[in-house]
Amino acid sequence: MDLSVITGSLDQYLSGLWLTVHLVTLSCATGLAAAIPLAVARVSSNPFAYGPVAAYTWFFRGTPMLVQLLLIYYGLGQLDWMQAQWEAGNPFWLLFREPYFCALLAFGLNTCAYTAEIVAGAIRNVPHGEIEAAKAIGMSRFVMLRRILLPSALRRAIPAYSNEVILMLQGSSIASAITLVDLTGVARNVYSKHFAPFEAFVFAGLIYMALTFALVGLFQLAERRWLAHLRAQETAKPAG
Amino acid sequence: MFQGYFLTILGGAALTLQLALLSLLFALVAGLAGASAKLSKSLPLRWLATGYTTVVRGVPDLVMMLLVFYGGQMLVNEVTEYFGLGYFDLNPMVAGVFTIGFIFGAYFAETFRGAFLAVPAGQLEAGAAYGMTRWQVFVRILFPQMLRHALPGLGNNWLVLLKSTAIVSMIGLSDMTWLADQAGRTTREPFLFYLLVCALYLVMTSASSWLLGRLERRYSVGVRHAEL
Repeated sequence: MDLSVITGSLDQYLSGLWLTVHLVTLSCATGLAAAIPLAVARVSSNPFAYGPVAAYTWFFRGTPMLVQLLLIYYGLGQLDWMQAQWEAGNPFWLLFREPYFCALLAFGLNTCAYTAEIVAGAIRNVPHGEIEAAKAIGMSRFVMLRRILLPSALRRAIPAYSNEVILMLQGSSIASAITLVDLTGVARNVYSKHFAPFEAFVFAGLIYMALTFALVGLFQLAERRWLAHLRAQETAKPAG
Repeated sequence: MFQGYFLTILGGAALTLQLALLSLLFALVAGLAGASAKLSKSLPLRWLATGYTTVVRGVPDLVMMLLVFYGGQMLVNEVTEYFGLGYFDLNPMVAGVFTIGFIFGAYFAETFRGAFLAVPAGQLEAGAAYGMTRWQVFVRILFPQMLRHALPGLGNNWLVLLKSTAIVSMIGLSDMTWLADQAGRTTREPFLFYLLVCALYLVMTSASSWLLGRLERRYSVGVRHAEL
């Protein structure tokens, strides 16, 4: 082990870490925000509501995220229509030439598909009694959704969602396939510069592990806060 | 439409499937070993297994694969140099099977551990009371019943495994993702070829889900389900 390889490139690792954290946080936040309405549509009984969402999640959950990323970054440029937009200098479509935007889009679409199914599953598992109680009080469907179904379902979704965020963190390492220098990209650069695979990749792996543990810890805190009512109760000791 | 690349990419799909199945085999063995170690009475074995599953959960598969591929090549070079052998190229297929198998072995270990614990201890004691050896109890009682509990978890992990084969293209294995990349560059139609790869993956994952659903029903025969 030659530690100078690592200490000499600490600032690169730091900037790679920043990009990784950036990408994961933004894609998870937008993915979650978009997933909630999609999940509501997914559990609806109207085929025009659940059909498109089911097709979307089927595609994004059935194909590798790497291929989705390549499809967006390298693939879309093939379309004549897209090239015409680029030549016209349309600022929105020019974003599709930026690797950062394409990674964000691919990651966001991917995690949104998984999250929508997680939240939809949680909505289906809300106890009947809670729904009946809401109806008995005379809540409209929207009020019931806002006050009862979603708060209950989102809480129950936390354990499954924490897995999704961790998988997203690990999955983000493919950003280096489209020239982005995230944590994995830095490790690849350091490897090819110093020809030191163990130092370069083990150090990156350790940082990913630390990030994973931090996420696990954060989600444990979240569960303690928002799932307190579902925790097993301590049995009361008989008095006397 | 595909300018003669269709069959090439189908060949790549066969390679992807081969890679996935070989990795699955490796992962099942590693998973059973990991689960046994986790449930064993020996403390060092339990520590080893916990370390294994923790490291795998914390490190991205791509980083591990790059480490195995480039680091492994360096080790191989040092060994061949020491013994005065010729240059030996580490095959991306071998690195891929080894890495994916090692990673999913850790996930399978968790699945198997839970499934082993779900088989009632009384049944194992009954087997022992009949005079069965530990191996007979394992083969006749524990394993068949464990499989029913393990199947949903195994199925989910298989779907994740299948999709993670795509990253082996990043260390140069000519699987279907790599071939689509090459074909897309030559014909200047990358969208078409990546879409074809998506379609092929969708066929594989959808067929797997259908098959797994049938298997689960088969192994749950004789289990009463509560009806709402």
